[in-house]
Amino acid sequence: MLADLGLASPEDLFRSVPAALRLAGGLDLPEGMPEPDVAAEMARLARANRASNELICFAGGGAYDHDVPAVTRALAGRSEFVTSYTPYQPEVAQGVLQALFEYQTLVSRLAGLPVANASVYDGATAVAEAVNLAVAATGRSAVWVSAGLNPRWLEVLVTLTAGRGVEVVEVALAGGRTNWEEVGAPTGPPAALVVACPNYLGCIDSVGEAKKAAGAVGALLVSVFDPVAAGLLRAPGELGADVAVAEGQPFGTPLAFGGPYLGMFAVAAAHVRRLPGRLVGRTLDREGRTAYVTTLRAREQDIRREKASSNICTNQTLVAVAAMVQLAWLGTSGLRELALRCARGTRYLRDAVLAVPGVSPLVRAPVVREFALRLPLDAEVVIERMAEEGFLAGLPVLAEGERGLLVAVTEKRTAAELDAYVAALEKVIT
Amino acid sequence: MSAPGGRAASAPLLGRESEPTIFELSVPGRRSASFRRTAVPEWTAEELLPAEELRPAPPALVEISERDLVAHVTRLAHRQYSVDLGAYPLGSCTMKYNPKLCDEAAALPGLIGAHPAAPAAYAQGWLALLWRLSDALCRVTGMSAVTLQPPAGAAGELTGLLLMRAWHRHQGRSPAKILIPDSAHGTNPASVSLAGYQTVSVASDERGLVSPATLRRHLDEDVAGIMLTNPNTLGLFEEDIALLADLVHGAGGLLYYDGANLNAILGVTRPGDMGFDIVHLNLHKTFAVPHGGGGPGAGPVAVTSALADLLPGPLPGRLEDGSFAWHQPARSIGRVHGWHGNALALARAWAYILANGGDGLRRVSEAAVLNANWLLAQLRGVYAIPFDRPAMHEVVVSTKGREELHALDVGKRLLEKGFHAPTIYFPLIVPEALMIEPTETESPETVAALAQALVEIAREGAEEAKAAPRGTPINRADEARAARHLVPTWDADGGEDRGPHQGTLSPE
Repeated sequence: MLADLGLASPEDLFRSVPAALRLAGGLDLPEGMPEPDVAAEMARLARANRASNELICFAGGGAYDHDVPAVTRALAGRSEFVTSYTPYQPEVAQGVLQALFEYQTLVSRLAGLPVANASVYDGATAVAEAVNLAVAATGRSAVWVSAGLNPRWLEVLVTLTAGRGVEVVEVALAGGRTNWEEVGAPTGPPAALVVACPNYLGCIDSVGEAKKAAGAVGALLVSVFDPVAAGLLRAPGELGADVAVAEGQPFGTPLAFGGPYLGMFAVAAAHVRRLPGRLVGRTLDREGRTAYVTTLRAREQDIRREKASSNICTNQTLVAVAAMVQLAWLGTSGLRELALRCARGTRYLRDAVLAVPGVSPLVRAPVVREFALRLPLDAEVVIERMAEEGFLAGLPVLAEGERGLLVAVTEKRTAAELDAYVAALEKVIT
Repeated sequence: MSAPGGRAASAPLLGRESEPTIFELSVPGRRSASFRRTAVPEWTAEELLPAEELRPAPPALVEISERDLVAHVTRLAHRQYSVDLGAYPLGSCTMKYNPKLCDEAAALPGLIGAHPAAPAAYAQGWLALLWRLSDALCRVTGMSAVTLQPPAGAAGELTGLLLMRAWHRHQGRSPAKILIPDSAHGTNPASVSLAGYQTVSVASDERGLVSPATLRRHLDEDVAGIMLTNPNTLGLFEEDIALLADLVHGAGGLLYYDGANLNAILGVTRPGDMGFDIVHLNLHKTFAVPHGGGGPGAGPVAVTSALADLLPGPLPGRLEDGSFAWHQPARSIGRVHGWHGNALALARAWAYILANGGDGLRRVSEAAVLNANWLLAQLRGVYAIPFDRPAMHEVVVSTKGREELHALDVGKRLLEKGFHAPTIYFPLIVPEALMIEPTETESPETVAALAQALVEIAREGAEEAKAAPRGTPINRADEARAARHLVPTWDADGGEDRGPHQGTLSPE
C-alpha cells in the first residue's frame, strides 16, 4: 500500500508534520505485551484490590450493591450494542434506537413525567444539566439546592455551572428534611429548587413542600429520586417536579469503582425542547413501516453549536440498554419487591444497630434504604476496623453539622449478614 | 423458574418486519425476576413507611418472561449494525475494532466489584491502574498531569475550558472569548457557551488550515484561548501549529487540544510538543474502548505543570512506600463526575495500552494514516477532494460537481453494500461532505472493498442512491414527522398497554 502511494517508509506518511515537532525515539512507554501477559497483569491489578469485592458491602451514597442477573449481562453484552455508535444511520440502527425508545418509556413511567431522554453521564451531571435547563427556561441564574443532595453531586453542580455564573445556594436540613424557609444566602429569584427524595441521608424529604416553595418564587422544581425506591414511593412527576433526575446504576450496572453509571433524565412536556442530549422518537419509513430515529435534533450541539441545550454527544447508551433489560426483567411486581426488600433489610439492620450501646440515629426522619448513624468513634476508624472484619461498613457522612456513618442495605443482604454486621460493629466500637 | 415464553416463533433476521415493542409483548402475571433467600422478616410497605408517601400501585413497567425478553432484545440486536459485523468508516468517531481482551479485562470481579468509596487500602489495584494510566496518557500527550474524571469528550472539553477560566482568574484576568476554527466539532462551541465564554469563529484558509495571518487578526487581550483539533476535522495536520501557539501565548491565551483525532499522531508528535496547554483524549476513539451504541466513553484531560494544581480531584498518587493514595490538587476547580469517571472504560484503555505498548501505538497511527491515504488515492477523480493535501487518519471528499448525487444518498447506498455510512455533511465548511475514516484495524482487502463500493456508487448515478437503502430493516425514516408528531415513549401514542401519560405530545 505504501508503494501504491509512492512512499518509501511509514515516516513519509507524516510528511505534513513539521520535522521540529516529530517525536524522536518514539513514545516513552514499555513494549507491547502478548494477550496472555496483558490478561495476567490485569488479573494482578484486580486482585490487588485486596478483595474489596469480597467485603460485604453496606456502602451506598449513590453506588449500590444490587444483584445483576445473567440475562442483563448477556443481552447488554451483545456486540451489536457494545460495538456500534450513536445511531446516525437509523436504517442500520433500529436495534439501539428501539431499545432506547423502550428505555425512555420505562424512565418516563418511573419518573411520572411524559418525556425522558436517552441518558446523560451519571446522577451528578444529570443535576447539573437539569439546572442548566432551568436557567435557560427562566432566564434566572440562582439555584436553591437542598443540603440533602449527594455532596459529590453538589460539588459537580457547582463546578460545571461556575463558568456561566450560576449561583448555587444550599438550603439546610432540619430533622432530615429541607427547611425551605432557611435559604443559606440571599439571592435573586431562583431558576430552580433542587430536592432529593430519598435524600443523601436516606430520609424521605417532602417533594410536596419543595413544590410549594418553588411555586412561591416562580422557580422550576428539580427532583432527584431513587429509581429503586420508585417502586414504593410516589413519583416525582406526580408530586409536581418539572425535571426529575436519578442515578440509574442500580439497574444492571455493577459497582465498577464508580462508572460507567447512568444519568436518568425526565421532564414535563413544556421542557421537551430544552432537553439535553439525544431523544429517540417513533415515526414511519418511506414504506410506511414503524421506524425509530433521534429527534428534535435542533437542540443538539452538532446542529445548534454555541446555542445548543447541552454540549453532550457521547452519552451512556449501553448502560441505558442494560437498564432497559434489567427493568424489564424486574417487571412491575419485581421493582416493587426489590424496593420492599431493600426497605425491609434497612429496617432490620437499623433497629438492630440502634440497640448497640453508643449508637444513635444521626437524623430521625423515615428512611427507605439507607440511614445515617452517630457513633462513638470517627466513621473513618470504624470503616477501617470493620473492613478487617470483612465489611465495607458504609461512608463517612456529614449531616446537619454532625459527622457519622452512612449505611445502605440492598436486597442482597441476608439476615445472617445483617446480624454479623451488628456483632462486628459492636466489637469495633467497644 | 420463570414462566415459559409466549412469542419466540419467528425472528426477523435483519428483516423487514418490525419488532413489536416490549410493551406489546407484556402479558399480565408474567415475570422474570427472582431474589435471593434472605430470611429478613417480610414486613409490608405500610409497616415500613408512612402511608402518605406510598404510591397506590407500583409504576407499570413490563410483565414478561425471561425467554421472551431474550428473544425480543436479540431480535433488536439483529436490526443493528456494529463494528464487530463490519467496517464502520464514520469519520471523526474512530470506529475501530475493539479487542475482546479489553472487554474481558474490564469484567474481572476484582474490578467490577469494587465500591468507589472503598478505602484506598482496599482499592490498591484500581488506584494503581488509574495512576499508571494517568502516567501513560501524560507520556502520550507530552503533558504533566491528568484527570480521568470526564466521562466523555464533550465533558473533557468543558473541564478543560473551566481549567482555562480558573487559570486566567488566578492571573487576575477574565478574558471573554474563545477562538474556534470554522471546521470544529459542534461540541466545541457548545462547551464554550457552558463555560461562560463567547465563541469567535476563525475561518479556515484555502489549505483547509488555520493561517497565522487570520489568527493574528483575531487575537487581542480579550481572548482566553483557542480550541484546535490537530489533525483537524478535514484530516489535515495544522502545519503552522508551532507559530499559532506562539501567537496565542504571546497574547496571553492558552491552547486547548481537542483529542478527537489523536489516533493519527501516536508516537509521531505530541500536543505538548506543539505548544498545547490543555488536552482532552477520547479513550473510546484512540484507545479502542467500544462505543456502546453511543456511549459510555471517557474523556480524560491532561495539562501542563502550570495548570496541574487546578485539576478536578481527587487524583491517584503513589506514596514513597510504593502504595497508592488519593490526593487533592491545591486549587482544584472541583469534581466533574460523581465518582472517579467511567472507570471500566479506563480499565479497557489501560489493557489496550499494555497490549500495544509504545511501539504498537505508533503502528496504530501509521496504519490508520496509510489506510486513509490509500483510500483517498482510490477516490481521486471520482469524488471531489476539497483540500487535496497529504491526509492523516481520515479524508473528506465531496459529491459536489456531480449532478443530483448527494452525500446523504451515497451514505444510504453504502449501507446497502454492507458498510456503515461515513460521517456526512461535516465539517460544515465542505458542501456535500463525506468524511471517511477507515481506521487502522481494517485490512487492505476491506479498505479496497470500501473504495470499490464508493466508486461504484458514484458511477451508478443518483437514481440508485436515492432509492437506497433497500433490504435494511427500514428505508429512510420520516424525520420531519418524528419531530412534528413527537412520540418519545410508547405511552405518548396511547398504546394498548396504557401508561399514565396518553396522547401525542405536540411541543409548542
